[in-house]
This record gives sequence, C-alpha cells and structure tokens, in this order.
Amino acid sequence: MTQAFSPDSWQYRALNSVNPGLDFLSDALIELTQAGHPVVAGSADLQYSNGLNRYAAAYPDRYIQFGISEQNMVSAAAGLATTGCMPFVATFASFLGLLCCEQIRMDIAYTRLPVRLIGHHTGISLGFYGTSHHATEDISTTRAIAGLTVVSPADGHQLASAIKASVDWPEPIYFRIGRGRDPDVYEKGHRFEFGKAIVHSKGSDLTIICCGMTVEPALNAARQLLEEGYSVGVIDMPTIKPLDRAAVLEAARSTLVMTAEEHNVMGGLGSAVAEVLADAGAATRLYRHGIYDEYSLIAPPTALYAHYRLDAAGIRQVALEQMKR
Amino acid sequence: MLHEPSAPTAGQIQMLREKARFIRLETIRLIEIAKVGHYSSVFSCAEIFASLYYDVMNLRQGQASWAGRDRFLMGKGHAAVGLFPILADRGFIPRELLDGYTRLGSPLGDHPDMTKVPGVDFSSGSIGHALSNGIGMALGGRMQKLAFNVFVMLGDGEMQEGQVWEAALFAAHNKLSRVVAIIDRNGYQLDGKVDDVMGVESLRDKWAAFGWEVHEVDGHNLHDLTWLLRRLKADAARSKPACVIAKTVKGKGVSFMETEPGWHLGYLAPSDARVAIEEIMSREI
Repeated sequence: MTQAFSPDSWQYRALNSVNPGLDFLSDALIELTQAGHPVVAGSADLQYSNGLNRYAAAYPDRYIQFGISEQNMVSAAAGLATTGCMPFVATFASFLGLLCCEQIRMDIAYTRLPVRLIGHHTGISLGFYGTSHHATEDISTTRAIAGLTVVSPADGHQLASAIKASVDWPEPIYFRIGRGRDPDVYEKGHRFEFGKAIVHSKGSDLTIICCGMTVEPALNAARQLLEEGYSVGVIDMPTIKPLDRAAVLEAARSTLVMTAEEHNVMGGLGSAVAEVLADAGAATRLYRHGIYDEYSLIAPPTALYAHYRLDAAGIRQVALEQMKR
Repeated sequence: MLHEPSAPTAGQIQMLREKARFIRLETIRLIEIAKVGHYSSVFSCAEIFASLYYDVMNLRQGQASWAGRDRFLMGKGHAAVGLFPILADRGFIPRELLDGYTRLGSPLGDHPDMTKVPGVDFSSGSIGHALSNGIGMALGGRMQKLAFNVFVMLGDGEMQEGQVWEAALFAAHNKLSRVVAIIDRNGYQLDGKVDDVMGVESLRDKWAAFGWEVHEVDGHNLHDLTWLLRRLKADAARSKPACVIAKTVKGKGVSFMETEPGWHLGYLAPSDARVAIEEIMSREI
C-alpha cells in the first residue's frame, strides 16, 4: 500500500536535494574536477547535509564515504594528500573542530598537507538539534593550530570562490560554512582572496567586523544605523587566519570597533581582532559580540539568532548600546 | 596467488640478521647521544624493520620520494630511533645526521617527522592515527594508479585506540588489499603488560571479524616473517587487507631487557651499554 502523504510532510534527503544553497560546494568541486584538478571529496555519513551527494553522483570514483568515523576521515585525507590527491572532506563543524582537533593538528597541519576541511552547520545553525551539534568553539581550536588557514565564508558565492581559489593556496585550510540557507551577500563570480578583508563601508562612530552568517545581518544593521544618523562601517573578515591586520587597524580609526560572530566570544574572531588591536597599542574600544561563554539554547535557528541578538535587529541593538556606553 | 615467491635463502637471512644487529647497535649508539630513548620498543621490531627495508619493500637506494615506492608507517612512532639508521643506510638521509640525533635543530627526534626527514612516509607520535593515514595512502595510490604497497606497523597497546578500528572497518569495506598491518605483539606498554592494562585479545578473532586476512608469525624468525611478507606482497588475488600478528619479545636481544619491561624507555650508561652491545654482537637471533 502506498501512503498518500500530506504536502506538508517532508523527509530529510528529499528536502535537502532541493536546497539550492547546498549546491555551491559540490558545484565548485565539480568545476575543479572538470578543470583537471585531482579532487577527492569525502564525508562521514552527511552527504545530504553538505550537498556532497551531488558530487558523489557526478564522480562516484572520486567520492569517499567514510561512514560515522570522522577521525579516520581526517587522518585518511592526509594519507590521500601524500599521493597527489586534493582532498576535500566535510562533516559538521562541531565534530571537525573538536572531535578531530588532534587529527587536524598532527596529520594535516603539522605535516603541511594540502587538505581542505569543510566544517558545515557552524555556530548555532543546527538550532534545536542542540548543543552537541552547535559549533561555537571551532574557530578557537583551529585558529590555535599552527599552519592552518581558517576561512568563514558569508554565503554560497563566497564559499564557491574560496574553494576555487584554494587550489593555489599552499596551506591546509579549514572552511567553516553554514547550512546552505544563508541569504546572498555576494554575487556569482565574487572574487575571493585569502587573507584579505572585504571593506563594505567605513564609519567614524563604529566599525563592525564580522564573518560567516553575521555578515548579512551586520550589513542590514549598519544600513538602519546609517539612516538613524550614525556613521557605521562594515568589514567582512572571511579569512580569520591569517587575519588582515591592516583592515583591523583601519577599523580602529572608528570610535568603537565591534565584532559579531556566531561563536564563543572567547577565542574566535573577536579575540583575533583584540590581539591585533592590543599588539598595536590601539586606543580604540573593542566590543566582542557573540555567544558569551555559555552553551547555546535549544530552538529553531532563527529563534536562536534573535535570542542571541545575532540577527540584524539584535546587532543593531547591541551596536546602539555600545555606542551609547 | 599468481607467482608464489620463493622462500628467503640462507644467505639472505644472514644478511637480514646482520641488518637487525646493525639496527640494535645503532639504537644504543643514538640513545647514548640523546641520553634517553626507547630501546626495547625497537628491539622487539628490529627484525620487522630489517625484513621490510632490506627485503620486502620496493625501494630505490637514495631515492626517498620515488613515487612507486612501497610505503611504511609507524603507529608506534617512538621506535623511530631504530628507523633513522636504516634511512641513512638506504641513502635517504646523510649518515652524519645520526650523530646529532635529538640535538637542538636536528630533524631526528623521538618520533618521525615527514617534513624534516626524507624517507619518513608519514609523521607519527600520537598513537592510533597511522592506520588511517595508511589507508588514505592506499586509496590515493589506487586512484592515482600507483601500484605500491602500504605497510603499517602498529603497537599492540595501540589496539586500545578507537581510531584503529575505524580504519580497520574502512580498509576492509573498501577492499584495500595493498595494506598490510603488522602488529608488533610484544605484550607490553608503558604501564605494564597489555593484558593487564587493557586486554586486546583475541587479536586474531578481532581482525578477522573486521574483515581482514589474519596471519600469525614469530616476529623474530626472519625466515618465516620475510617469506610471509613476500607472499602477502605478491598476492594479487587477495581482496582483503592483511594483518600480521608478529609475536615478539620486548627488548629482544638483550637478556636484561627481555626480563625487565621498564627498559621501554631509559638510558644505559656506557658500562652497561657495553654489556648489551657484547650480547647483541655474540647472540644469534
């Protein structure tokens, strides 16, 4: 008997297969493979979450199913890289940044192998799946690993261009990406440069430095604040390591610098910016906005973004509070 | 098996025996420079080193990064002091490097570093990663159409690491038949007997249940060990990865180390080192 489902019913694979936001990763890898790069993609039982099922269908011989064995995947990717392959391996950011931290350090960064790690569903984007699936420490852990580049693209277009640019980047890379439902900030063909910030605007009252999913709401918040008479700049910092120090010091010309990240304020983008400002002896005040050293609550993602004031309204509010302090 | 390889000749065994002796003597010499090191961890696998590097593996003298070479990885990276003299002997690193073992700026430390030492196929030091690294290499070899074998030497205590079993599942599932895992089953780890610390038996049953072809051999019997490894390498029909449980003696070759597991890590003052050297020189293993 065939069940007649309500149109409101859905199941995971089918839903994700029609999420265009999940196509960016696979499409970029398909493009690289077509161009003759020795791409190998792998995932740990999450190909419908990161969209690599699309790559797997296009190149079944170049896709590796690792099963639920993330540590083995990371270490094996290192072995693959020694043979001239260009491995891109993906799993939830919470698993890569914490569960596989030592494999990343020992087998990929210490060995300087050109492995590309894709940590997806960063921050609190997994919503009600809960703290186990939230990645609010992965910037801290990966940033502290010598020789590892850390990139947090704002949308699918920036991800695609960063993936394509990575073929000329000699260091191992950790890409921390969203859940494929991020609104567009950039356009197709966006140019990505490792280690370069994107200065959207300059402001004398406040500069917001952000990365990943906070870029779009920060731009919206800045737009509103401008209308309210504040001079607000926004800098997208997609490469968290190596950090664009010059851009940070330029931002320090504002009265206030504020970072916004979907990550613990300890060890993340805010800390990276603080290090630059302190090293340079900049007198500018810095306010680090993000998750305040706590375990995130359970709720749908949009409710969490509102609760943690990481949506446009929240970022605007935090900015106002800090400018008036 | 298409071409059954021949058993090693008496002359070949004698050569390998001399190489194993060389490995033990060099280990003592290098540890004298460092003033601390893993003697007995090397002594249990000296015959495995000798058999692989002087008979079984496809290597080209002086060409550490020849793409077609067989790969060797060491899960028990702390036995690297026994590997470095071999790498010098095979012409991969200058012999003089050995004389500065562990000194400030030396590429040679207690664990092997592939970014510093030509001939080290993969770095190690954190127990439990090597089999995963090795299966990645074997998979890459298959994708890149490079017909090399991957030999991964694991400690028996290493079986306690969960990642080993992730890799074991993967290798069998993907029919990585060019992978040969060799377990140096010397029975000891830092805190005592493996069986007391965290028992790992039955290794044969465990590896077989994970889908591997399992062989057991006396890890000091150069004839049996070498012949087995030759056959595993030549066996093109095998679809399973192979696991060799090499029964060994921790500290083999030096009586007072064979009976005292504390020599896993230590230092022999020159007078005591002389006793060990004399026994290594005079004893036939």
